[in-house]
Amino acid sequence: MTERPRTSQLDVVQLNAFYGQAHILFDVEFSVHTGEVVALLGRNGAGKSTTFLSIMAMVARRTGTVWFDAEEITTLPTYEIARRGLGFVPENRRIFSELTVEENLMVGRQKPREGAPTWEPEKLYELFPNLAEMRKRPGGRMSGGEQQMLTIARTLMGNPSLVLLDEPSEGLAPKIVEQMAAAILAMKKEGLSILLSEQNLHFARLISDRAVIIEKGRVQFTGTLAELEARPDVRDAYLAV
Amino acid sequence: MQLVFVQFMTGLASAASLFLVASGLSIIFGVTRIVNFAHGAFYMLGAYVAYTLTERLAGAFGFWFSLVAAAAIVAVIGCLLEMVLLRRIYHAPELFQLLATFGVTLMVEDLVLLIWGPEDLVGPRAPGLAGAVEMFGKRIPSYDLFLIVLGPLVLAALWVLFHRTRWGVLVRAATHDRSMVAALGINQKWLFTGVFALGVFLAALGGALQIPRDAVNHSMDLRIIVEAFVVVVIGGLGSTTGAFVAAIIVSQLNAFGILVFPKISLVLVFIVMAIVLVVRPWGLFGKMPPPAQSTTGATVRPWRPLGRTELMIAAGVVLVVALQPLWLSDYALTVGSELLIFTLFAASLHLLMTVGGLASFGHAAYFGLGSYGAAFAVKAAGLPMLLAILAGPVLAAVGAAIVGWFAVSLTGVYFAMLTLAFSQIVWSIAFQWVSVTGGDNGILGIWPDAFAATPAAFFWVTLAFVVPALAFLQMVIFSPFGYALRATRDSELRAEAIGIDRKRTQWVAFVMAGAAAGLGGALFAFLKGSVFPDAMGIPTSVDGLVMVLLGGIETVLGPIVGALVFKALSIWLMSQTDYSKLVLGAAIVVIVLAFPKGIVGTLSDWRARFEARRAAGRAPAVAAAAAVAAVVAGGVVASVVDQAGPSRDTASQEAQP
Repeated sequence: MTERPRTSQLDVVQLNAFYGQAHILFDVEFSVHTGEVVALLGRNGAGKSTTFLSIMAMVARRTGTVWFDAEEITTLPTYEIARRGLGFVPENRRIFSELTVEENLMVGRQKPREGAPTWEPEKLYELFPNLAEMRKRPGGRMSGGEQQMLTIARTLMGNPSLVLLDEPSEGLAPKIVEQMAAAILAMKKEGLSILLSEQNLHFARLISDRAVIIEKGRVQFTGTLAELEARPDVRDAYLAV
Repeated sequence: MQLVFVQFMTGLASAASLFLVASGLSIIFGVTRIVNFAHGAFYMLGAYVAYTLTERLAGAFGFWFSLVAAAAIVAVIGCLLEMVLLRRIYHAPELFQLLATFGVTLMVEDLVLLIWGPEDLVGPRAPGLAGAVEMFGKRIPSYDLFLIVLGPLVLAALWVLFHRTRWGVLVRAATHDRSMVAALGINQKWLFTGVFALGVFLAALGGALQIPRDAVNHSMDLRIIVEAFVVVVIGGLGSTTGAFVAAIIVSQLNAFGILVFPKISLVLVFIVMAIVLVVRPWGLFGKMPPPAQSTTGATVRPWRPLGRTELMIAAGVVLVVALQPLWLSDYALTVGSELLIFTLFAASLHLLMTVGGLASFGHAAYFGLGSYGAAFAVKAAGLPMLLAILAGPVLAAVGAAIVGWFAVSLTGVYFAMLTLAFSQIVWSIAFQWVSVTGGDNGILGIWPDAFAATPAAFFWVTLAFVVPALAFLQMVIFSPFGYALRATRDSELRAEAIGIDRKRTQWVAFVMAGAAAGLGGALFAFLKGSVFPDAMGIPTSVDGLVMVLLGGIETVLGPIVGALVFKALSIWLMSQTDYSKLVLGAAIVVIVLAFPKGIVGTLSDWRARFEARRAAGRAPAVAAAAAVAAVVAGGVVASVVDQAGPSRDTASQEAQP
């Protein structure tokens, strides 16, 4: 058993994950401090999504330890992890396409949480003005960017203290990407901690405090964005240009 | 005109109960992905419990209270079932859940018999609604009018529940993407239990509401479950509006079919269902189902053909089986032939289900066609036995070619339902085309030729047909065609992208499986000396599914072991107890819980663990071990049955007029 690390909000310790007999993550370790935005960077297939799914207990088999708010959450079921205040925004959005915008938000609703910002639909419509104009529209009849906003808003309805954002800029038009960056910075301002995965270094630069680079299921680099800027060799080796 | 109006109103009134049952089935499937075979059993329990309560509680209040209380009581039973049984198997292959609920259905049938006895029970009239109202010069029962109003009211109530309450919205979300709902902090466990309770409540209420109209009897479960499946498929899985519209369509077809097409009344509903599925594959109000949950990693050990040692052992087993006539009695040999025949039947279904990923719910149609093919060859063409046995698979293959051509355009539950519909069509033809098939009286006097007249000789004949057929099916699995078939099962898109014609591959597999089942059916006709429509009925199809699942889906030898164990167990139980269904159902449930991978799958797991422990050790080949174990078990059962004397069931089957 590893000693519990201390000051940070989320600690991932020696995380390994498997699909069937394939070993995907190898002793992945990193931390997210309260109020921080950390970017998990890496190429397609590097293991970013699997890391998120492993934290949320959504992969079939994994070993290692995950600490959240000074408690071990490794053995908890997915819904319990979410209820502790760990919000998850999955890749591919996974909107409930039959449900309207309002109903999608209703599914995400949880009780207010001490030490985390509280969200109401009206406040989220301010953060994502596009959504306010389509409250009664089924999720399936929205554009990709609108769906991405809805999936983030839906997770925020759970009043999380830390959000895992899996590739929030993926497949979005440049203009929407800017809006998304602004929204994430607004969320940070509210006091949310954020762990986001990205292939796009440019987008990560706009919003992140620190970066963790992952390649072939192993952590290759951890440091501040400034430290990463000083290491073009790392950037060229592990990130798409 | 008046008659038409009366029939129309009767149809509408019948639609109410059917809608309740079907919407419950649809809601449960939508969220839990469980095809709840026990739904008909809950409908029947609702009727019985309501009958008992109305006997105890007098007055108008007593009557209406009894109906709702009965539904609530059965819903609680449903909750317990979900918590004790289904919760443990949500992660098993989805057909396994069907098997478990089928086991429950068997148990309930015998429990009802134990508690309420075999007689039909006539419930009281509804207080205040016992009379009739005159409309267009005809008297329409008031209670029917009540039911006609009730249907839309329930539909509206369900709509409000699913669109205006958070619980309902959660249920709709879970129908779409269960794991996303969990990631948002919802405990699915209780959501599932609640949904199951609601579905069961609706089914039981549907049953309770029937008691003023129909006598309560212990065969009402199977009748309603088949109709409810049809309604759900026509309406579209997961759509309550669809269930409502389809319930009216089906009830009207039943009401008018008798008047307009008396000759094909039984089959009319299934013809309409087949047409709907061909034109609108996901039902009238259904949407394309979300992609099934990924099965990556489900089969960790890839299949491999039998090695040399295993082939030798298999040959040894066949030899041992071939020597059985030297000491087994005539009766045991008759049972043995039947076991062999059902082994082939299960193996043919396995080719479709496990190798092709196409779960047919109507595989008995081809077994039955094989029987009738052989019977026609003897009666009409006067062919000798061996040629007649070959005529069976030919007729079955023709039938399978026609049905398969339609069926392979669908997958999953819809494929299952379309094959079920076609098997009912074939059954109805056999049942209603009396001049050719003899209808319910069947075709008699299909006895083996003189050389195979003794049970021992016929056992050898059976073995001589079954073993090569089984070997052929095994070869198919490991042939290039078999690999192509598995590719279409694992990923339709990727298979087509590398040049495999999916539909054609699956169609050929469908015809092969049909022909193999037909061979079994032809042998069965000569074993019994007769052919009845029952051979192609739904219970026979379900038996086949149970055999494959019991042996272990995802295994190669599963169907052989499963067929031997299931058939031997059911024959033996019937000779031992009047409540064989109770025991068999309980056995199925226990096996599902204890061995969710089936018998062979579990043995393979043990073997893998054993081999992992001593990497260099030469563990006994599990395949062969399983086969040996099964043959030994079969032999033991056969000899036990032998001592018990011919079972009532077999004796009565052979003595049928």
